[in-house]
Amino acid sequence: MTDISQLALSILTAVPLFGAVMVMVLNPGCRHYSKRWSLGFSLVATFGALLICYGFEPGKEGFQFEEEYLWLKNPVVYYHLGVDGISIVFLLLTALIIPFSIALSKSPDSNPNLYFSLLLLLQCGLTGTFTALNFFHWFLFWEASLIPAFFLVRLWGGRQRAATAGTFFVFTMVGSIAMLVSFLALYFALGTFEFNELAEFGRQGLLTEAISQHVEIAGLSANKLSVLVFSGVFLGVAVKIPLVPFHSWLPDTYTQAPTPVTIVLTGVMSKMGVYGMIRLLLPIFPGQIRILQDVLLGLAVLTIVYGAFAALQQTDLKKMLAYSSINHLGYCALGIFASVTVVGTEVHWITEKASALNGVVLQCFSHGITASALFFMVWILESRKGAGRKLGGFSGLRSKAPVFCGLCGVAAFASLGLPGLSSFVGEFLIFKGAFSLAPTAALLSIPGLLVTAVFLLRFFQITFCGPCPAESNHFADLNSKEILTAVPLMALIVILGVFPDILIRLINPKAIEIIAHLAP
Amino acid sequence: MLEPLYQDIFKAFLPELILAGTVLFVLLFDLGWLSDAPMARRRTVAGGLSFLGCLAAFFLCFRSQLEIRLSQGMLNVDSLSLLLVSVILVLTGISILLAIESLESPHVGEFFSIILLATIGLLILVSSENMLMIFLGMELTSLSLYILTAFDKRRVQSIEAALKYFLFGGLSAAVLLFGLSLIYSTTGETDLKEVYWILIAKGPLPIGVLGMIMVIAGFGFKIAAVPFHLWAPETYEGAPAPSAAFIASVSKVAGFMVTAKFLLVGLFGMMGSAAWYLIRPGWAPILAVMAAFSMVLGNFAAIRQVGLRRLLAYSAIAHSGYMLLGIISQNSGARGALIYYVTTYAAAMIGAFAVVHLLESQRGNDRLSSLRGLFQSSPVTSLCFGVFIFSLAGIPPLAGFFGKFYLFAEALEPASGVFGLFWLVGLAVITSVVSFYYYLKVLKQVFVMEAMPDTRSFATPPFTPFILVLIASGILLLGCFPHWFTRLIEPAMKAHGF
Amino acid sequence: MLAWTIYLTFIGAVALLLLPISVRAVRFTALATALAGLLISVIEAILYHAIAFQEPMQIIVRKDWIPDLGIEYLLQYDGISLVLVLLNGIIAVSGILFSWNIRHREKEFFSLFLILIGAVYGVFLSFDAFLLLVFYEIAIIPKYFLIAIWGSTRKEYGAMKLVLYSMIGGGMIFFGIVAAYAASGGQTFNLEVLAKFEYPLLFQMIMFPILFVGFAVLAGLWPFHSWAPTGHVAAPTGASMLLAGVIMKIGAYGALRVAMTFFPLGLDYWRGPLSVMALIGIVYGACNALVQKDFKFVIGYSSVNHMGFVLLGMLTLHEIGVSGAVLQMFSHGILSGLLFAVAGTMVYERTGTRELDHLSRMMLSRKIPFVAVIFTLTGFASMGLPGFSGFVAELQILIGVWSAFPWMAIVAAIGILIGVAYNLRTMQTVFFTEPSPDHVMEMPGSSVISLPEKLGACLLISVSLVVGLYPRILLDLIYPSLHTPMMKALIEGGGH
Repeated sequence: MTDISQLALSILTAVPLFGAVMVMVLNPGCRHYSKRWSLGFSLVATFGALLICYGFEPGKEGFQFEEEYLWLKNPVVYYHLGVDGISIVFLLLTALIIPFSIALSKSPDSNPNLYFSLLLLLQCGLTGTFTALNFFHWFLFWEASLIPAFFLVRLWGGRQRAATAGTFFVFTMVGSIAMLVSFLALYFALGTFEFNELAEFGRQGLLTEAISQHVEIAGLSANKLSVLVFSGVFLGVAVKIPLVPFHSWLPDTYTQAPTPVTIVLTGVMSKMGVYGMIRLLLPIFPGQIRILQDVLLGLAVLTIVYGAFAALQQTDLKKMLAYSSINHLGYCALGIFASVTVVGTEVHWITEKASALNGVVLQCFSHGITASALFFMVWILESRKGAGRKLGGFSGLRSKAPVFCGLCGVAAFASLGLPGLSSFVGEFLIFKGAFSLAPTAALLSIPGLLVTAVFLLRFFQITFCGPCPAESNHFADLNSKEILTAVPLMALIVILGVFPDILIRLINPKAIEIIAHLAP
Repeated sequence: MLEPLYQDIFKAFLPELILAGTVLFVLLFDLGWLSDAPMARRRTVAGGLSFLGCLAAFFLCFRSQLEIRLSQGMLNVDSLSLLLVSVILVLTGISILLAIESLESPHVGEFFSIILLATIGLLILVSSENMLMIFLGMELTSLSLYILTAFDKRRVQSIEAALKYFLFGGLSAAVLLFGLSLIYSTTGETDLKEVYWILIAKGPLPIGVLGMIMVIAGFGFKIAAVPFHLWAPETYEGAPAPSAAFIASVSKVAGFMVTAKFLLVGLFGMMGSAAWYLIRPGWAPILAVMAAFSMVLGNFAAIRQVGLRRLLAYSAIAHSGYMLLGIISQNSGARGALIYYVTTYAAAMIGAFAVVHLLESQRGNDRLSSLRGLFQSSPVTSLCFGVFIFSLAGIPPLAGFFGKFYLFAEALEPASGVFGLFWLVGLAVITSVVSFYYYLKVLKQVFVMEAMPDTRSFATPPFTPFILVLIASGILLLGCFPHWFTRLIEPAMKAHGF
Repeated sequence: MLAWTIYLTFIGAVALLLLPISVRAVRFTALATALAGLLISVIEAILYHAIAFQEPMQIIVRKDWIPDLGIEYLLQYDGISLVLVLLNGIIAVSGILFSWNIRHREKEFFSLFLILIGAVYGVFLSFDAFLLLVFYEIAIIPKYFLIAIWGSTRKEYGAMKLVLYSMIGGGMIFFGIVAAYAASGGQTFNLEVLAKFEYPLLFQMIMFPILFVGFAVLAGLWPFHSWAPTGHVAAPTGASMLLAGVIMKIGAYGALRVAMTFFPLGLDYWRGPLSVMALIGIVYGACNALVQKDFKFVIGYSSVNHMGFVLLGMLTLHEIGVSGAVLQMFSHGILSGLLFAVAGTMVYERTGTRELDHLSRMMLSRKIPFVAVIFTLTGFASMGLPGFSGFVAELQILIGVWSAFPWMAIVAAIGILIGVAYNLRTMQTVFFTEPSPDHVMEMPGSSVISLPEKLGACLLISVSLVVGLYPRILLDLIYPSLHTPMMKALIEGGGH
């Protein structure tokens, strides 16, 4: 048993990969075959993730299920895996969303094998990203998850898929390469790719000095250099989340992608960016974040407010949800940046900071499930009536499809942060921290919160209330299969709203650890 | 100095005597007994006899330890001259073998005997250290070559070429003779070694300098270096192929060796220096300028040619430019490189002209485009031709490559680490890159282009391909194992003290 | 035993030319010869793993060749040579597989092909400057014929340009080597001995650029790269695979092994300008690839882009940078080989066109999905996505660049980005465009992918993946070799 647990994370990563290859290679006549098998494989991975979660000891410091082998000598690279309280949340989210998306997908006409194996590959990449503790293969998985996403959009997307997929890819690559170059500079200055060791340098504030000792560009001062390096990494994660000036790939991509893929994109892939911030930016570059804190907080606020207002303007439901995603992830950015701002080691501050960080992770998880649920609802609308995902394309569905309406209501209210549902806790914790740490920024984001409520309620109202026009008469309610697919998410939304401690229990020790390790 | 014994004189002259005897035999057989026989047999017998004569003389000289110096250097037989004589005899032998099948004239006996006479002249050139004898050898060779050029008297070009050759040659001979007499008038000696000492003792005299310049002009003609090159394209183009081959190859070997000997033994004191940072007046800078112009003009003019013969002629001018490096360099190793270079160059040239002849006999002209598709119709000939051309271009593993490498490396004077000839070697390297262009143009026709559907197939005479293969494999082997030849050169050079 | 890679290949070449055998037999003989060479190099690489750290420098043959000039027949290798020998073996095998359906003068084609391969083996294994030069020049000539006879678009122009550039390079190398020989006293051509000699400063300053550029011409150093796109475009698939796969590597290898080790002071002096040139090559190649209309031109310019990384990596003189450069040579060899195979054989022979515009109307991803998948994977590998060989190489190079010229790392990153863009554009245009119905063109050729093509493509892509995922396979060969006296002096001399 010890042997297996020592390899648990590798196996968890390898299962979907193996599944992808199997689905791709085996090619019997049955069309649904590939869907079933891929669902099977991803559920196996889910089961694995649950096992790991079961074996995880929340209070323990450091990483668990660690694996570490020397991979390359020059540059020194370890194959280093491990989970802590934060990454396990993301791992669970991945394990949840991917099977959901697969279950949702209809086998496409062309190349169903490829479609499903790409989804599995995506799972592999995501799992790898959330467990890697060395930049080298972290980056490998980070990029590896991009390729299947690109193709899922490119090959099975909507009408403008070509341009959209290209933009998506190029934006992300720009970020990735900037990040790569920065990390190479770090490696050159500090001689390691290990996140732990880099964080140690960051904590002791040696980063700036080390960089300026080894790297010299056009006579830039040490601080500016380190900020330059930081910006590279920041760009990489900011594009992925995305924060506002780097967001323009997102609405089109989410709209053009087939909805099950959009679910993965928003549910998990956008979380890679947040995870990157928590894992990379926060521990390694606290000093640099402080230098730039006004700008960064400004960006977070901008993201929140802009996302909300932009969502308000949309008539395409998918686009609306896309902007709402931007808005929700803006809270995460706010929480993260806020948790670095104030310098001080008093218990009070630590509590506030930890609260913000807890909120961020929780928000990630709950946004993952609520956004997925909402997109799922749009998917239902789409599948019921051609391409009818225009706001106002349906109305008065409440009477026709009460179950659908109820579930949709839960998801929408969860998304706007109704207490008792999952998002509330996350947002509450973030704002609790942010108000004391960065009050201005928190205040400025309030309009975002309000507008979110406005557009979600408007959507709900238009679609479900009011008179039902004749053409919606044949709108069928959810069938049992669809309900079965949706129920786990809905249940989680409610359960987390009521018992957020299930996750906070995992997150909190690690959050406090991170906060404590931040430079004073 | 003791008067030499007659026996010694006989020994020293034995190769020349054998050749002279062969001349008589050939004439006797051909004109006397075989005058009514079919052409093929006449050619075989006359050519065979001439070849045997060369062979006999070769075996006499090759690796012989003879060392004789007749009075006043009239004949200076030592290991170096014997080596050069052997080289010349081998090359002549090959030319003769090729001529057996390629001679078109009915005057078989005359042709072979004149070739042999020219060879005698060449042998005298390389083994004499006396101005008088050198001039004698020069005239013997030149007169024979004029006749050889004009041999195809039914063709106007042949006559025209011979006339031009003769006019230029006559003029240059006069200049040379004048130069020699001026040198004689300053020194009162004809023995080159004596000339050297006296010139050293007397210091530079205007008359001596004038003589030197005239001598350079005379020899420059012989080796076809710019600006004395004008005869070469005409002669190469007009002369019958076997004669052209002989002129381009064997006579060039002797020409270079005698030039080197004259300047380095007799006029060594007036050498000067062509090193770029310390140019001193003398014959070296003059030759360096000639070399530079030969390389540039030869290579660039060759690009424009459409006829194979003229192309080879201009490339020969360029090669003269390279070879002059071997004389200009102050490094004695360069002379050894020069011998290697000129020998392998001559072999490739003989082969190339043999192919030119085949081409003309089949296609009627020597245009590059006539070579089109040669590889399909006659692969062996083509491959051999490829070897010759690549060797001229200096592609490894052929002899031409090592020749260039050896020559250029030695010209940079490795022993002293002085880079005086930096500029000239650099120029040589650059221009030889240019030469790839036209050599490849030739080979493109042979290997790349496909024959036109209506062209006749290419019939080669039975014997020629064997000789071509022989030459080609010789070039290949000398390229892979240059040591086989340089091993002979080094001791000879040392013995001579060049 | 490694010497037999050379001998066997040459024997194969001559046998093909002389033996009267059928076309089928010709192909199989050629393939067998190439496979034998690959097998030998793989075995040697495995054996070398065990001794790499104790004895990185291995002598194979050492005989006097031309003693008058101090020329030896000296075959010797270290890990760097071995990596490139492996590359050559792989490219040889796959090149022959992709030339399987040459339909014209087959014997000569495969014979010339093998001569080229043999000569390249020779270059990588020679440790005598003269011998190296001999092999270098032998490698040039077959290129001309391969392109001029079996090529396409402006083949004679491309071939002649290529050969003249190579010859100019060859001339400069010739001159440089002879000068080094002369300056060191005319005793030997042994690379290690010549590298040890301390040449005067002025001499180094003059000779280094001559020797370096002489080699770098073949490596596609900007602004001497212009042979590469035209040559690649004109060449038949097998030949362009060789050109991009190994011939460009000869240049880079020579620049590293000969020019840089001979004249470290000259290197120091010229390092800045040369690395700027390499950098320009990176960006310029990428930008050009972005706007080309011919499929092969895109790949031709992408080679310029990638080789810029190789040169830049070497010039960092940093252990990691140099090893990245060697790895990049390997990686680019494999990938460009594959790209040319796709463009030249798998697509061109089926569509009869290389115009991106025409290809975009054929919906190739539907008709030849295998090719689309292979090209996509290769494209990703070539943009340097992690998991493929190119990533590790570029990563190492960039670390090295950070150490030597930090600001260049940023420019190089822009180069990588443009690289992403052109790869994406090509991929999109060629395979994944959906034309409006009235623009659709038929694909004239058959959509069946033959077995040799499949084998060749899988061989190359799997090599790239294996090296990408476990680069130690090669890095364990390269690293010890950077600590031989020859390379150590170089890396410690100017490095960080």
